[in-house]
Amino acid sequence: MATSAFAPNARGYYGQFGGAFIPEMLYPNVEELRTQYLDILADPSFQQEYQQLLRDYVGRPTPLFEAKRLSAKYNTRIYLKREDLCHTGAHKVNNTVGQILLAQRLGKKRIIAETGAGQHGVATATVCALMGLECIVYMGEIDMERQKPNVYRMRLLGAEVRPATSGSKTLKDATNEAIRDWISNPVDTHYIIGSVVGPHPYPDLVARLQAVISEEMRKQLLEKTDSELPTHVVACVGGGSNAAGAFYHFLDEPTVQLVAVEAAGHGVHSGHSAATSVLGKPGIIHGSRTLLMQDEDGQITEPYSLSAGLDYPGIGPLHAYLGDSGRARFIAITDDDALRAVAELSRLEGIIPALETAHALAALDQLGAGPDDVVVINLSGRGDKDLETYLKYAEKLTTSK
Amino acid sequence: MKDRIKSTFEQKKKNLLNIYFTAGYPTLDSTVPLIEAVTQAGADLVEIGMPFSDPLADGPVIQHSGTVALQNGMNMRVLFRQLQGVRQRVPDAPILLMGYLNPVMQFGVENFCREAAEAGVDGVILPDLPLDDYVEEYQETFRRYNLRPVFLITPQTAPERIHRIDELTDSFLYLVSGPGTTGSQTGQDANAQEAYFQRIEGMNLRNPRLIGFGIGDKQSFDRACQHAEGAIIGSALIKAMDGAEDAPAAARQFVQSVLN
Repeated sequence: MATSAFAPNARGYYGQFGGAFIPEMLYPNVEELRTQYLDILADPSFQQEYQQLLRDYVGRPTPLFEAKRLSAKYNTRIYLKREDLCHTGAHKVNNTVGQILLAQRLGKKRIIAETGAGQHGVATATVCALMGLECIVYMGEIDMERQKPNVYRMRLLGAEVRPATSGSKTLKDATNEAIRDWISNPVDTHYIIGSVVGPHPYPDLVARLQAVISEEMRKQLLEKTDSELPTHVVACVGGGSNAAGAFYHFLDEPTVQLVAVEAAGHGVHSGHSAATSVLGKPGIIHGSRTLLMQDEDGQITEPYSLSAGLDYPGIGPLHAYLGDSGRARFIAITDDDALRAVAELSRLEGIIPALETAHALAALDQLGAGPDDVVVINLSGRGDKDLETYLKYAEKLTTSK
Repeated sequence: MKDRIKSTFEQKKKNLLNIYFTAGYPTLDSTVPLIEAVTQAGADLVEIGMPFSDPLADGPVIQHSGTVALQNGMNMRVLFRQLQGVRQRVPDAPILLMGYLNPVMQFGVENFCREAAEAGVDGVILPDLPLDDYVEEYQETFRRYNLRPVFLITPQTAPERIHRIDELTDSFLYLVSGPGTTGSQTGQDANAQEAYFQRIEGMNLRNPRLIGFGIGDKQSFDRACQHAEGAIIGSALIKAMDGAEDAPAAARQFVQSVLN
């Protein structure tokens, strides 16, 4: 990626987006990470341990499944990258396995994390249990309510879940609380950020750790089709970590259309939406300059999505740059359409997707893909955690459209 | 152009008190009455918080005051309008604005500096403004309007970085007393804190120092003043105004309780 037009520069900028806008209290921590992460990631002993854990613990490579009934419905060739089959049920663990090894090499004893849907929290609690490290996960009070199974999972794994009670009580506020914890514990604590957001080097670090998704996709496509390049790669974007991983090894392949799917909530312009690429302006959130939903005074506005994992007022700086430069296409999907996509995949392929992932699936009819196209959808997570939500909206879980 | 920060530190070399409060809290129009009240009661500098929805370096007390201030209708335009004429009432005490970069960026850095200078503001504290970005993008504009930036130093800030911050500063250094957000009792033990303050004292820095975070009463103020020219108090003042019918009177009383 050193020669990629989509790699960040030395100060962590993707075009005008990125950087490290942090209070001095965090500077030494972030600087320590910035100066060491590339060397640690490149260290053969790190790679050996990381690859072994990905294989034997996470369950990689995840399958690339040809969804034939879904393909017939949309008259194109659809492959699902089964990140839902990773240990803990989502792609998030790729990153936490890598970062826990990094934290060990930095000599950190205590791990903190933020979580929206709970998938990153569970993935962090899991690797902390594996390595015997103290784990504290910040989660918005509202998200704790709507993703109860994951709260219980984290506690069972030995993590302490602390509610974020300020602001919208969702992912943004959980991230604020995690950052405050890090400010208060600057020496022994590593903050495992779960998405491609935050100050440099986090967006690049998390993208590199999730890049295993597209690395495998290329190999698997070559085995199953006549090319390692698909025509479309589709992924949902809250902060954007599963999309960054799915796009990573296709960024410099201009024939591959990259499609990022955001949550439109009740509708992009309804006032209840998280479609940052449409509603956002350049601004600073959680340490980086990116597209950000905000009012004219620069106050961060509260996003809305039924899906806790996409309920975030920003996107990662790489995604802001991909959108700005035209490299990626952004599509916004409403709560209702995502719920319909849940039922559709469940009934057509026997796979119940996470509500976040359902947004990517719901974009299928907007791609303009034909019979000769090869569409890969990153199936970022499984829907077990969302069953309570699905029950509540049972009447909307219909394939009729 | 009078350098109010410099003359303040020249006239009074010890025990300077810098009082922080949030613009628009407890009421939209309390900003200027509070500036008058705290300076009349003996505060040497005033730091006015520009409320932000997501103040990362602040604890719950200041965050709450910011939330209320935003609900009261405070924003940058209102604040600058309130500050017009403040120099007739408070001619000498340095006034600093403290806040986060995003609202300043959306207002426009040049607009911000011009309005601040016209209102008689002397310095600006933006904790999430990176040093490199300041030097490359903002320093010239700040200088043109005689606005002095104040940067934070923490126990973890490396010596070479402290020297760089000192070089870039022409006002005072903001020494964060220990790990933690504003208003928190820092987790650092007294010996470590003592060692940190002494280390900074021994560095022969050009700028005077004010110690902030976790300073909340006469005792902690006096202790901080043993290691620096003075200290900064914010959360404790805001708490002192909680539920008070007359916020400026409560602020005046609080400042007196710290100084006397």
